[in-house]
Amino acid sequence: MTDAIVPVRAETDPRIRELKRFLWRLGRRKTTIVGGVFVALFLALAIFAPLISPYDPIAGNWATVRKAPSAAHWLGTDELGRDMLARIIWGARASLSAGCVSVGLALALGVPMGLAAGYAGGWIEATLMRLTDAMLAIPFLILAIALATFLGPSLTNAMMAIGISATPVFVRLTRGQVIAAKVEDYVEAARALGNPPLRIAVRHILPNVLPPILVQATLTIAAAIIAEASLSFLGLGQQPPQPSWGSMLNVAKGFLNQAPWMALSPGAAIFVVVLAFNMLGDGLRDALDPRD
Amino acid sequence: MTAPILKATGLTKHFPTPGGLVRAVSDVDFTLNAGETLALVGESGSGKSTIGRLILRLIEPTSGQVEIDGKQLFTLKAKELRALRRDVQIIFQDPYGSLNPRMTVGAMLAEPLRLHGLASGRAVEPAVADLMRLVGLQPDQANRYPHEFSGGQRQRIGIARALAVQPRIIVCDEAVSALDVSIQAQIVNLLADLRKARGLAYLFISHDLAIVRHIADRVAVLYLGRIVELAPAAELFASPRHPYTRALLSAIPTPDPTARRERTLLSGEPPSPINLPGGCSFHPRCPFAVERCRTETPVLTGAGHVTACHLWPELPPQPAPPAELETSDRLKRLQARFQDERPMAAL
Repeated sequence: MTDAIVPVRAETDPRIRELKRFLWRLGRRKTTIVGGVFVALFLALAIFAPLISPYDPIAGNWATVRKAPSAAHWLGTDELGRDMLARIIWGARASLSAGCVSVGLALALGVPMGLAAGYAGGWIEATLMRLTDAMLAIPFLILAIALATFLGPSLTNAMMAIGISATPVFVRLTRGQVIAAKVEDYVEAARALGNPPLRIAVRHILPNVLPPILVQATLTIAAAIIAEASLSFLGLGQQPPQPSWGSMLNVAKGFLNQAPWMALSPGAAIFVVVLAFNMLGDGLRDALDPRD
Repeated sequence: MTAPILKATGLTKHFPTPGGLVRAVSDVDFTLNAGETLALVGESGSGKSTIGRLILRLIEPTSGQVEIDGKQLFTLKAKELRALRRDVQIIFQDPYGSLNPRMTVGAMLAEPLRLHGLASGRAVEPAVADLMRLVGLQPDQANRYPHEFSGGQRQRIGIARALAVQPRIIVCDEAVSALDVSIQAQIVNLLADLRKARGLAYLFISHDLAIVRHIADRVAVLYLGRIVELAPAAELFASPRHPYTRALLSAIPTPDPTARRERTLLSGEPPSPINLPGGCSFHPRCPFAVERCRTETPVLTGAGHVTACHLWPELPPQPAPPAELETSDRLKRLQARFQDERPMAAL
């Protein structure tokens, strides 16, 4: 009467077991680990900036204007004599918080809208999707710049602008996933059992559509970091004297001949962080792929 | 097996598609008695699964009515419908797609119990354990995810979930078709045991006539969304009337290579349900069709054994397939060997 028993490790909490399985799959690719390590490194820099930073990132020093990298200033100094390393470390706060907060906002807006559109259909779907289409017709960065200009220059407004600009992608992605999931037999079974619609959407559909959304979120963080740097470069994001990689590049462009290190380190920081998030996102996509 | 607990009248479902109106189910009437197994058979596209989904009101009908225990299914309000859902449950074909991959078995079985107030608080865990034992699973597997089970075990989980709300009718939508033959037998036996123990009525949707013969009390044969013949199982298999039923039955493979049987072969594909032929929709493939079949749609006639065919009383009788195989000595020994509990080495 019994089928073959599938052997399962003795772990009792199923969540811990699934987490271990997921981490094992995530660790199969070296690029994912490298990406994850760099993301963790920059997160640590941002969080522990006051402890790590060798100098004050804001106070200038006229004795050390535009000095090349040295033992005292590993990455050199800028046009006001501030230590570049200190500004890169503090700038990580602006970049990463812009990336995470704006994507968090985009998720908070986009996922419920996509869930409602995909599950309810009808006029709700039509309204939400036309709105989304209209926003998607404008390039991401252009829309972010327009919104940031409208809201006024500050880091908070830049984050809101980026978050709103990134929302339509999540609406569209979530809706597509929900439409595919809602015809699955397990959703029909949940309906047949008498689950109310909201419970079906949140308990049965949402957990199953989350993986691709998480992958998209990771990749969007990378895009949002570039967007924040771009807005700060244009003076719409982080305001001086607070450090941000984008505004540092903006200043550095005036000194490319005399002090190229001023452009190199923020440029490299943006490059490495964005690459790391993309590598992590690719790894997540493979680890969350249900096909194996 | 007396009063019908389910009565479908004039059940019709048309799906609008870009290519035209798909007439999936047309004017279907049947009843299901308490504790009875009614099989719906037919080839793919004959509307079997659509009827199953209509009975559960997972889709809305184009017209027609379903009465469950005297209540009109399609006029119920959302809240009343959720309460009535306790009475009718479904078991799906695909044991992989029918279980939520992100829920443990325990959570999956606890949900309907809580939803319908059948158990709460501390009573949930033992109730889940009871359900798992009922379908032959070990209760200590409750905190596993579906992917940790085999196909047959998953189908048992699906059955346990359907049983959780103590339904009286279960729609088995090709419930054993996706399983290995050996597992099929186990699940069919489990369904039969549960029916005895709980007085369940099954609407058994299948294309597998061998299993239908084994499990069904009555059989309804569907062709292009209409019932063409409905009869007690023994009678249908012994003396099929409709030419389509005859063709279906003659296609059952016999496990005896020496047996000689007359076979009715059908030519051509079933017509598209978008563009149904006039008259009897079987006439383009029917070897006996006459002019009347092209113009006049036959209705179900007869008592107990009903047939939708103008011609059946005049058709030559068809030699029925052998009811039971004549078993050879070799087959008997093989069967005995299978029932033997001793390990191979002990023989």
